[in-house]
Amino acid sequence: MSALDFSTKIGSKRFSNPIFTASGCASSGQELSQFFPLTELGAVVTKSIMTKARTGRATPRMAETPSGMLNSIGLQGPGIDTFLENDIPWLIENNAKIVVSIAGETVEEYGVLARRLRAVSGISAVEVNISCPNVENRGQVFSCHPDTSTAVIESVRRNIGGELPIIAKLSPDVTDIVAIAKAVIDAGVDGLALINTLLGMVIDTNSMKPKLAGKTGGLSGPAIRPVAVRAIYQVHQAFPNIPIVGMGGVATGRDAFELVLAGASAVSIGTASFGNPTAALQVKNELADLLTQKGFNDFRDAIGFAHRSV
Amino acid sequence: MITPQKINKNAAQIKAEVLSNKKVGPYHHMVFAVGEMAAHSKPGNFVAISVGGEQSSLILRRAFAVYRAIDKGPMGGTIELVVAPHGQGSKWLCAQNVGEYVDLIGPLGTSFGIPTTNANTMLIGGGYGSAPLFALAEVLKNRGCRVDMVLGASTANKIYAPLEGKRSVSSLTLTTDDGTAGIHGQISEAIPRLIRELGTEVIYSCGPMGMLSAIAKIAEEFDIAHQCAVEEAMACGIGVCMTCVVPVKFNDGIKMVRTCIDGPVMDGSEIIWDRKTVLDKL
Repeated sequence: MSALDFSTKIGSKRFSNPIFTASGCASSGQELSQFFPLTELGAVVTKSIMTKARTGRATPRMAETPSGMLNSIGLQGPGIDTFLENDIPWLIENNAKIVVSIAGETVEEYGVLARRLRAVSGISAVEVNISCPNVENRGQVFSCHPDTSTAVIESVRRNIGGELPIIAKLSPDVTDIVAIAKAVIDAGVDGLALINTLLGMVIDTNSMKPKLAGKTGGLSGPAIRPVAVRAIYQVHQAFPNIPIVGMGGVATGRDAFELVLAGASAVSIGTASFGNPTAALQVKNELADLLTQKGFNDFRDAIGFAHRSV
Repeated sequence: MITPQKINKNAAQIKAEVLSNKKVGPYHHMVFAVGEMAAHSKPGNFVAISVGGEQSSLILRRAFAVYRAIDKGPMGGTIELVVAPHGQGSKWLCAQNVGEYVDLIGPLGTSFGIPTTNANTMLIGGGYGSAPLFALAEVLKNRGCRVDMVLGASTANKIYAPLEGKRSVSSLTLTTDDGTAGIHGQISEAIPRLIRELGTEVIYSCGPMGMLSAIAKIAEEFDIAHQCAVEEAMACGIGVCMTCVVPVKFNDGIKMVRTCIDGPVMDGSEIIWDRKTVLDKL
């Protein structure tokens, strides 16, 4: 049997394999590097960075749920200056492929962040997080409306210049995710990241109050995987040529394969890394074995396979 | 006071065999074969263990303070834990039999700082929070420090004070909320008098956040150093999830600091204990 070609492409950029970290689940890579070399990953997707340092929300920030968890971090981070000064050079030094995730409170903030990134070498793509559920006003999540989604992507597109692929990260908490996908594709994205967490709540029946200080939080973990598969399937069906970075509860190679069959060109490992720091490595090896078992010599032949008529 | 460390530079993920699992009052004393990991574990460090087995719906690790680490014992390197079977995860762990293996990551987090000169130290533990203090007592005693231990709990059988743990202690005071052992009342009520009597210069504490907060206030009043091992809910234990943070005072404002990386052992005077202050400022 010939060797598996495991490489994948997002826009103009090629990645040695399709297993990425999910934004917010690997910080900026240093913590996981104690457990495996980051060069094993297709890419490290960094925690969404904003222009200024951000404290994030009060605690409790986490509630475990059946096969999942709620988090309410609130985009805690060092701000773009410190990030570019410390985190990016460290990742480059460690030969990691880098996808930088950015988040803003306003359309302008996304533009400012994009302008800061255009001069930085060593980055393979930009993920535009327009779907974080843990911002002050949930009603303002950009990816809940086609118009605001378009505005953000246009702002990033205008400011980033060059060939750096833009990936828009969308929320599954919408009536028609295909409509949102269409809006950002029309605005010029090169790829989509599907899905961000779903908004949820846990009430502590002892205290009889919401368990999280921020009341609501983002649900992640295996509990949401069928939602991810559905979203990826629908979007891939509508736009088969747009690469999708799939994520949502992937913990095994089988799970990753499911997202690939639905239409994902790459698969990000998120919450699974919390329970198991080497989860991404395990998923990568298991996926490679599965692809080979199923007779695929080229990973890209498996993308969206579930859509094909027999 | 907290020495900066490279992130988890000694941490490893291993399959650790359960060598012993004994019920001690309401707790379980468990011993795990961990090989070389034991040599790197210092008092205050913790381990994070996967619970529930492969098909479990419990997706997050559980963090446990190391009670004792023995580098080269008859069973090789071992780490011992004192586990309270409160939740689903700790109940599962306590149900593991000798010979079974668990997925364990350690040692994690900061360890207790040791005074460079002889000092009168007081070690304060609430409930099974006493667990990491016995190994600390041994280190302090070997350093020439006087070690006074104060252990408190809601009721007598919830005080964890094994015989072998008491060897390094100069004095042991017990307190119980219901008066079934030692001084009747909350542990923090007994502390000011003991500090005056014993001439305490450094406090080490471990236990519930409410207790740590009360001790931090006392340490401030007496103007003595206070290192505490905090307990915030963790999702990952290795620094990526940002859930286990506590608010810490910095010159340029409040920062949320990860208790798995910059803790669990922290300077009690730097933590902002009043939740309302934090909520108002965020």
